[in-house]
Amino acid sequence: MALNGMEIYKMLPKKNCKECGFPTCLAFAMKLAQGGTQAEKCPYMSDEAKDKLAEATAPPMKTVTFGIGDRAYSLGGENVLFRHEKTFVNKPRFAVMFDDGENADDVAKKINHINAVNYTRISEEMYVEIAAFRCSSQDKQKFISLIKKVTSDCKKVVPMIISEDPDIASAAAEEFAALGPIIYGANEKNCEAMAGIASKHKLLLGVKAEDQAKLYDTVQKIQSMGFRELLLDGGGRSLKTAFDDAVNIRRTALLSKDRTFGYPTVAFVCDMTRDKMMEVAMAALFIEKYASIIVLSDMDYSMALPLFSLRQNIYTDPQRPMRIEQGIYRIGQADEKSPLLVTVDFALTYFIVSGEVERAKVPSWILIPDAGGYSVLTAWASGKLNAKSIAKAIKDFEVEGKLKTRELIIPGKVAVLKSDIEDELPGWKVIVGTREAAALPAFLKEYRQEKAS
Amino acid sequence: MAYKKPSQKFSGKIREVTVGSGLKLGGESVLPFYKFDGDTGAKPAVGMEIWDVFPESWPQSLKDIFGEYADDPVKWAKFCMEKYNPDFICIRFEGANPEGEDRSPEECARTAERLAGEVPVPLMIAGCDSDEKNAKIFVKIAEALPDKNYVFLSAVEANYKEVGAACGMAYGNIVSAESSVDLNLAKQLNILITQLGVKPEKMVMNPGCAAVGYGFEYVITTMDRIKLAALDQNDATLQMPIVSPVSFETWKVKESAASEEDMPEWGSQEERGIAMEIATAAGVLAAGSNAVILRHPKSVEIIRNFIDELL
Ligand code: B12
Ligand code: SF4
Repeated sequence: MALNGMEIYKMLPKKNCKECGFPTCLAFAMKLAQGGTQAEKCPYMSDEAKDKLAEATAPPMKTVTFGIGDRAYSLGGENVLFRHEKTFVNKPRFAVMFDDGENADDVAKKINHINAVNYTRISEEMYVEIAAFRCSSQDKQKFISLIKKVTSDCKKVVPMIISEDPDIASAAAEEFAALGPIIYGANEKNCEAMAGIASKHKLLLGVKAEDQAKLYDTVQKIQSMGFRELLLDGGGRSLKTAFDDAVNIRRTALLSKDRTFGYPTVAFVCDMTRDKMMEVAMAALFIEKYASIIVLSDMDYSMALPLFSLRQNIYTDPQRPMRIEQGIYRIGQADEKSPLLVTVDFALTYFIVSGEVERAKVPSWILIPDAGGYSVLTAWASGKLNAKSIAKAIKDFEVEGKLKTRELIIPGKVAVLKSDIEDELPGWKVIVGTREAAALPAFLKEYRQEKAS
Repeated sequence: MAYKKPSQKFSGKIREVTVGSGLKLGGESVLPFYKFDGDTGAKPAVGMEIWDVFPESWPQSLKDIFGEYADDPVKWAKFCMEKYNPDFICIRFEGANPEGEDRSPEECARTAERLAGEVPVPLMIAGCDSDEKNAKIFVKIAEALPDKNYVFLSAVEANYKEVGAACGMAYGNIVSAESSVDLNLAKQLNILITQLGVKPEKMVMNPGCAAVGYGFEYVITTMDRIKLAALDQNDATLQMPIVSPVSFETWKVKESAASEEDMPEWGSQEERGIAMEIATAAGVLAAGSNAVILRHPKSVEIIRNFIDELL
């Protein structure tokens, strides 16, 4: 349980020596209670006090890790139930389920999808992080050879080894330890052996029970063995029970401040439906509330596009909107006669627009005025994007000196700005572009052709 | 120590609003789908979007489904009813757009009247891109269909006086208050409309909507904050049920609109469109929408099952 400043103060040496960087022990204690400094900063505290403090000031939900090197990921560590309270920190990771009883064609199809879905959206690389493996054959060799095939064909995935048989789990863990796999399958009965395997290889351990109460007991049992790298599964396999698990495990950690459930959770969406589109709906729910690993039966582009975007949205820091620096950006080998487009300094908009200009393969310039960091219509409606701000950018970034063109393409959504901008910028002609950036490639190609003729 | 399941009890409650003669929206006193905490109120409703004019701009896959019927909104609505049984029909008067066909308020009212006579479920009446024109058509339609409890989407800052007075007061329908992704703006508009004299039980709201990936985080956060203010702080000015016009947003973004020739690696355009619509709908429902408007029959089926499985 958390301690307040006075309780912490009582445990300090009370030397007021300032070595911690604070004027008094009391000031240090107050800061520590808020999580603003670390207990180690005081060199004179007894070990016992330090342990007690570390326990009391630890975050309510543990951050755990899996994978290795550039494929090492953190899960958990969340402090709030709603993103407006602060921010969500560790985004959920997507897994695709493989089963060693599955036919080779299905396995091949999923491998192809995993390798195909790999793209960048607003500076974030999107791909499936985990391949989950279920051992339904109970045949160690068959299981291991499936994992081998998938992990060698899909270079990016970290395996999640699913088996409740410690013998199989141990053999697979041994074989793939170098990939930093997740071992899933600790239960009430086998948890000692499973925790042993996980701790031997320093792996994240998935714990499963029939319901939340049983999970709670099992976690306590594992914790008492001194093992704390856990991923929880309350056992719900209908949407309703799984949602109950995700919400209540998270609330137990954050509202009840009970660290027995202070770990991330996994949602096996692949077991809750046979319909791909239903998986999309369920996964969307679990991205918002509150799974840390979402296991799907597959991941093609139709699933990936909405799900990765939603995850990116929900896990951006609400206090720091993504903004892009103002200026004039060169796309491709643009020269002084290439088309000039204007957009806004909202990162999402800039990345979409520049992506489409690149796709058009028409070398161009993109001018970014000060638009308050807002989308086109938001910036326009709030008075940030107008003829004056655009004209100012033309001057500030010395566009007239750099380019010969005197035509400016504006977003279709702010067509109303055309005459204002022309008044503000004598000698310039304003061209109204498309409303959606997706139509830009066709528009730019046509525009270039017209210029040429 | 034994497990003690947490729960969040709130003093506030979302107002229950009856649309048409029996479609109930809202009434919950817990967070969305938190059945384990208490009363989740009426099941969120699922409606289908139709237009008063042929939807030329819709992706081909949708025109393949509706095209045969879409030259007449009554035919279109009946087809939806018979095949997909939505909880309500949302008719969007795209044809009223002054930059398009500029259909007159009288013509729109006639269409709405014909629909009301033929469609057994309640209607939601949506306008075009012009707030000014919408005020005019909404007044005429409400006048033609008094006391129907139909929902008018939407009253905005620029036209709430006309829309509120006609739809919400004089002719006994329901006003949807639409604001731009901000709790305070939503609150302010709700207050202005109630101060006009519209009763809160004749109101719903749309605090903004977007497709996943397109500013959607602001939508979710605004809805989270609205629901918490309504439930936890018992803020009566924010206790109106929320209607989210999901399909208005999701079918125009690139993921849904780009053809397969244009984006070969992305695969089926139809599946992309459905998945964008479904993810967006599930996303807003999880944040507290009490009704969603959709286009694709597959989305209607999935989202309905999704709701049923959770409640
Ligand atoms: C998220 C959002 C916000 C966020 C801002 C996020 C941000 N950083 O911009 C917040 C909550 C802060 C916000 C605030 C406001 N918002 Co706002 N917001 C939205 C929302 C939901 C999504 C916007 C978005 O992210 N779009 C995605 C981006 C990628 O779109 P985009 O920038 O337009 O870019 C596309 C195209 O324009 C095109 N494009 C872009 N550049 C170029 C360039 C060229 C050359 C071409 C050809 C094409 C092109 O490509 C892109 C993809 O197709 C929309 C509603 C909606 N669903 O769209 C309302 C919306 C834009 N907001 C609106 C309003 C009114 C406001 C406020 C002014 C409200 C107020 N009175 O306070 C405030 C202003 C801010 C302030 N306080 O000063 C209105 C605008 C109404 C109008 N038609 O003018 C909208 C449409 C909502 C509505 N229906 O009422 N908003
Ligand atoms: S270092 Fe320790 S003893 Fe010295 S002032 Fe800080 S808290 Fe007190």
